[in-house]
Amino acid sequence: MTLKALFAATATTALLLALPASAAELTIGFSQIGSESGWRAAETSVSKQEASKRKVNLKIADAQQKQENQIKAIRSFIAQNVDAIFLAPVVSTGWDSVLKEAKEAKIPVVLLDRDIDPSGKELYLTAVTSDSVHEGAVAGDWLAKTVGGKACNIVELQGTVGASVAANRKKGFDTAIAKHANLKVVRSQTGDFTRAKGKEVMESFIKAEGGGKNICAVYAHNDDMMVGAIQAMKEAGLKPGKDILTVSIDAVPDIFKAMIAGEANATVELTPNMAGPAFDAVAAFKEKGTVPPKWIQTESRLLTAADNPQKEYDSKKGLGY
Amino acid sequence: MTALLPRRGLAQIFALIVILAIDRAVSPQFFDLRLQDGRLFGSLIDVLNRGTPVALLSLGMVLVIATRGIDLSVGAVMAICGAIAASLADSHGLPVVLAAALGAGLVCGLWNGFLVAVLGMQPIVATLILMVAGRGIAQLITEGRIVTFSSPDLVWLGNGAILGLPVPVAIALGMLLLTGAVVRGSALGLLIEATGGNARASELAGVGTRAMILAVYVWCGVCAALAGVIAAADIMGADANNAGLWLELDAILAVVIGGTSLFGGRFSLVLAVLGALIIQTMNTGILLSGYPPEFNLLVKAVVVLAVLLLQSPKLSGLAGIATRLRGTKP
Repeated sequence: MTLKALFAATATTALLLALPASAAELTIGFSQIGSESGWRAAETSVSKQEASKRKVNLKIADAQQKQENQIKAIRSFIAQNVDAIFLAPVVSTGWDSVLKEAKEAKIPVVLLDRDIDPSGKELYLTAVTSDSVHEGAVAGDWLAKTVGGKACNIVELQGTVGASVAANRKKGFDTAIAKHANLKVVRSQTGDFTRAKGKEVMESFIKAEGGGKNICAVYAHNDDMMVGAIQAMKEAGLKPGKDILTVSIDAVPDIFKAMIAGEANATVELTPNMAGPAFDAVAAFKEKGTVPPKWIQTESRLLTAADNPQKEYDSKKGLGY
Repeated sequence: MTALLPRRGLAQIFALIVILAIDRAVSPQFFDLRLQDGRLFGSLIDVLNRGTPVALLSLGMVLVIATRGIDLSVGAVMAICGAIAASLADSHGLPVVLAAALGAGLVCGLWNGFLVAVLGMQPIVATLILMVAGRGIAQLITEGRIVTFSSPDLVWLGNGAILGLPVPVAIALGMLLLTGAVVRGSALGLLIEATGGNARASELAGVGTRAMILAVYVWCGVCAALAGVIAAADIMGADANNAGLWLELDAILAVVIGGTSLFGGRFSLVLAVLGALIIQTMNTGILLSGYPPEFNLLVKAVVVLAVLLLQSPKLSGLAGIATRLRGTKP
């Protein structure tokens, strides 16, 4: 057999193998940031679930929080000629050249959870993210509705100073309660998104506000800080969820535990299912050529004790939060 | 007691009183105390309780620094030991949990001590290894999630009370007395100071400097382990990403505020713990003040600068000259 024939034979076999695969299922490469938080782990698990639901062959590359690893992963996905690339960008800049390579190879790129800087807008198909300003607004609206007309002093546990999520969740909440003169944020301090700091800051809030008697509600930028704050309230002899209303954001399993115990009132979900809408957008784009909007906003569900917290807890506890 | 609290402690006590007075000014109920579920409740108790982890860390750190070393890994060791304690809490009894966590701290300390004392590595680099790797180990133990537990014994360690005093505070007090009794009740403290003052001369004089260095890193690891267990017990969970994060810096700061030189030699346990309390009194005051959180770090830096200036021998020298000049005027 000549070398040429061998090449031809190999090429045909490869083509034959590749064809039915691409017709039946999509192969998608997903460059994930790494395991920076429980939410990130849950996002990875949910992406796998959603992929198997749709019979998508999902290849996940863990970048261990490094952009260079993500760029390497994208290059290797391009070399493997995948049908689409999902990218959860660890930083917002420095993606232009690698995304151009993907564009030249005609592989659509979908951003998950985080956006990149505006100069690269034409380099990706769409971005699936949550609107953190909206999350804050949902929390604020719930509180306004629950409190009704009576005066309410709110204490706020902010996320890490300088984090855009913290600034946005504050902005959304402030805008939502600005319409109600009876709601007022009396104290606001950072709890660094952690349980320990959330507890420490809440302890000081309770002391500064007459042993907690002047506080009507706590708003925390994430559930972990609220879990800490709930402990602080209990240790001060207060009843969180009854004496003091609680509303926080993220919907991690432990906040549902508190909700079941009647110690937390509401949380706004930051869904770990960013991949689901992304799969649908890619499938529609591949099959019918439908170009999705540049931004697909995920739903920010409000979950309260009335929304079956036990069921939410059960569905989330195995995801790696 | 005079051995534990030399005359040079006056600057620290003065600083603590001034900060307490400022706290009282920003928060009128600062000194209020009441009993809540058999436990004292008030801002002062918060200062003691929240200051416990750094106070425990500084107890180990001050000995390490006295030998002219430094231990950057204590925050990571806290995370490892907290993770171990939380993982075992619901399946094992408290003695097993404590033994495992403290044992892990001891092993971490041995590792650091081995690198510094036996291999002769620079302490800052040797302990940097565990500072970076340790958090990774802790994340492996918890699999990147917050491991929660409900074992009442371990929870008591973080939130219980002995005669109204929070258990963590009682533990820190016990550790201070124990460490003080061991290093000041014997010649050990003197030998540690000698090692830090001049290792070569001490070696020639017959001091087992290697053993001294190994011992202080081990003790530092055990103190960090205890701090890690308390931090985990406090929030009823181990948060490998955040437990003890940057606390090594607070511990070093506490030791320095306590007047111990980073160049080794003379040290004071009581003043190091006092340093930790000064830091926490300031932190609690900032939280009570109601200033926007953007100011936290700035305020902290200014206060630390002021406290260190207060101790500066050059500055007190200048003050002395100034008073003398004023005195000579006709």
